[in-house]
Amino acid sequence: MSKFSNKKGKSLPAISTASLPDIIFILLFFFMVVTVMKPNTLVNYTLPQATELVKLENKSWVHTIYIGEPIKRLQGKYGTAPRIQLNDKLSEADEVQQFIEFERTKVSEKEVGLLWTSIKADKEIKMGVITDIKQELRKINQRKVNYSSTPRGENWD
Amino acid sequence: MARVSPEINASSMADIAFLLLVFFLVTTTIDTDKGLTVKLPPLPEDEEDIIDSKQNKRNVLNILVNAKDQMLVNDEITRIQQLKELTMAFVDNNGVDPKKSDSPDKAVVSLKNDNGTTYAMYLSVHNELKAAYNLLWNDEAMKQYGKGYEELSNDERKTVREIYPYRISEAEPADYDN
Repeated sequence: MSKFSNKKGKSLPAISTASLPDIIFILLFFFMVVTVMKPNTLVNYTLPQATELVKLENKSWVHTIYIGEPIKRLQGKYGTAPRIQLNDKLSEADEVQQFIEFERTKVSEKEVGLLWTSIKADKEIKMGVITDIKQELRKINQRKVNYSSTPRGENWD
Repeated sequence: MARVSPEINASSMADIAFLLLVFFLVTTTIDTDKGLTVKLPPLPEDEEDIIDSKQNKRNVLNILVNAKDQMLVNDEITRIQQLKELTMAFVDNNGVDPKKSDSPDKAVVSLKNDNGTTYAMYLSVHNELKAAYNLLWNDEAMKQYGKGYEELSNDERKTVREIYPYRISEAEPADYDN
């Protein structure tokens, strides 16, 4: 009798899937960590296009001011004139200073100078609204501003 | 004989994990904020300080944008497509053309816009100015260090930027026309 004969007829052992959950969990944790939930915006905006874009690195130093027409749901209450959104509510330009103060309390004193204000505004709005905000930011000495925009090609169409 | 507790079937664990994974995959937005960065002037500013009367008029590039998004550069109607070239020629003039700047470090761009100017137009102007300076910086970096501006160290960039200081003066807004 051959030593190996008894192997015949036996099927291959099933591949163990015991480690599959672990692999999936690793992936899961990765995505959990990098996920940033989309902020709840109350205004509609289409960002303007630009070529000379700079990336804002540290997200915890960036706060955003949204400007645009209120979303459909809120148009009954607020109309269609461009509005400013700070945090989760529609605001007036004179509330910008308060907003910046609050953002400053979130970081240590040393980092106050590193804060960026990112303005996400609709490209069709008039400069009057933006200028008001710029003035407010200057009053509170928050001078680093980013005009958020989307990339476009080098050539003009 | 001790009772052996049956093993818990863990085969559905993968399914549960998958479900969670898919959820996070869908909700993830890995977008970094990109845009044009500017530094606003401090408030108790004398806007006229940069463009003081002592400064030769030739060193100021006046850009005016009206409510209809039309642009005047030194009193000439200009299209946005021409602005980059114009700015570069103006800044890098070194006293050749009597209508343009004496030297790059004296050149100042004055930007005035109407309250009715669209944000897109305003940003395009900013973008073109930045593009012009980026090109100038890059050329200078090539000349001095033999590599692009992007590859320079912070100190080297500073040196380059001191040769071509990026000075934009934005006057207080007003209704220039209607």
